[in-house]
Amino acid sequence: MEKIVSADVAWVLIATALVMMMTPALAFFYGGLVRKKNVLSIMMQCFVTICVVGLLWVLYGYSMAFGPDKGGVIGGLEWSFLRHVGITPNSFYGPTIPHMLFMAFQMMFAIITPALMIGAFAERIKFSGFLFFVIMWATFIYNPVAHWVWGNGGWLAKDGALDFAGGTVIHINAGISALVLAILLGKREGGVFPKAPHNLPFAVFGAGFLWFGWFGFNAGSALAANGTAVIAFTTTAVATAAAGTMWMILDWTFNKAPTMLGVATGIVAGLVAITPAAGFVSPMSSIAIGAGASIVGFIFVTKVKPLFGYDDSLDVFGVHGMCGVWGAIATGIFASKGINPAGSGLIDGNAIQVWIQIKAVLTTVVFASIGTAVLYYISNLIFGMRVTKREENIGLDLSQHHEAGYTLME
Amino acid sequence: MKYIIAVVRPHKIEDVKKELLNEDVHLMTITDVLGCGRQQGVTEVYRGVKEVDNLLRKVKIEVAVNEEYVDRTIAAIKKGAREGEIGDGKIFVLDLEQCIRIRTGETGKEAIG
Repeated sequence: MEKIVSADVAWVLIATALVMMMTPALAFFYGGLVRKKNVLSIMMQCFVTICVVGLLWVLYGYSMAFGPDKGGVIGGLEWSFLRHVGITPNSFYGPTIPHMLFMAFQMMFAIITPALMIGAFAERIKFSGFLFFVIMWATFIYNPVAHWVWGNGGWLAKDGALDFAGGTVIHINAGISALVLAILLGKREGGVFPKAPHNLPFAVFGAGFLWFGWFGFNAGSALAANGTAVIAFTTTAVATAAAGTMWMILDWTFNKAPTMLGVATGIVAGLVAITPAAGFVSPMSSIAIGAGASIVGFIFVTKVKPLFGYDDSLDVFGVHGMCGVWGAIATGIFASKGINPAGSGLIDGNAIQVWIQIKAVLTTVVFASIGTAVLYYISNLIFGMRVTKREENIGLDLSQHHEAGYTLME
Repeated sequence: MKYIIAVVRPHKIEDVKKELLNEDVHLMTITDVLGCGRQQGVTEVYRGVKEVDNLLRKVKIEVAVNEEYVDRTIAAIKKGAREGEIGDGKIFVLDLEQCIRIRTGETGKEAIG
């Protein structure tokens, strides 16, 4: 019989609130990067995701993702409506905190993952199609992958894949799905990319609070107020600092001037990459992980995207997807038993871990991309996923929501 | 020389620019404006309350052209801006007395460019 530890409960409660805050922060990060006429559509998509996915989580989502295992592939519905999810801890899911707290903590992850994709289809998605798609994606893509990696009996977990706070489940999952959506939806009108951000201060504000909340995301995943949480906290601070610095250097070198948007993007890249590694690697290793993330992100955003021409409006694939891949593989390289007995990578001589990581990445990429394409076609058939050219020119705020973000002239 | 002022719907500005470029008209000034005409008003809904505003957002385009460009410029603006509904906008043609390029000091036909 597990005993509840007050300090663990207190910390995870705070961490849960921090992670929740990340979706509104994302709303500002993305909102500032789109044009004025689309700012509310971004925020609407973020906040509706918080509400709807949050609701579905307690109805059946949590059970699907973490419930009693069925064949390593999915959880059953025995825990739907939060049956058997009470104050008593679950020995596998946070043995010193109430089961319900673990569920609430995971809810915030389940919410932000689909919200991340919003950046890829920004400025052209139809709201009704989006809403239906998000519900389907949360149910049929997020829940299974979460089960595989974090579920009690999940097959990728049994395989030995290391994902401390969700590099695969969250960032690679959302990142590759975002790319598929960006390609299927097609480019925005006008043919000139990128489109100028309408409010960079908003974007910076969002990035800053994403970093702040990410401490809950990573350190909270220790599910306890202990040494592992402290390590995850520290690596989250250090990797991100390295990433921000590296992107500034790259910007300065290749784009003639260091930019605020560059540093903000670098910060997010570093945070994404350290997510799977946070509680497994040393702070010194995390410098390499963060710096590497900015290099990978920079290449994908400035070279690969223009080369292939897909309109991933806000670089969800380039930053979340690819930096997530780097982070997952880096976990296989830098995980050390000396830091966390649960994880051992190349640096310890355990080279096979890198292959296990790659396998988890590939599995997620294949599943998420095929699944997303299927769900896109269904959503498009029933609701239509893209607005008309006229609606897109008017802007999503007025056309989809009959609202204007700013009253600039009266 | 003529000075052409057009007031059009904001979301038609890209189409208008494209049509002007087709007619070799590259130089223009564009401003955000508020205006009212015969259009009764697009409604905006704020927290469920419908507001019908007499002044609507439009975009003003100003182009200075030589005589031989006047007709094609007007045609281009009409083509780009027209939706066939009340609120499409208006075009005004004014006589232009003088035009000077600041950098070189050129005047008249050459300055219009």
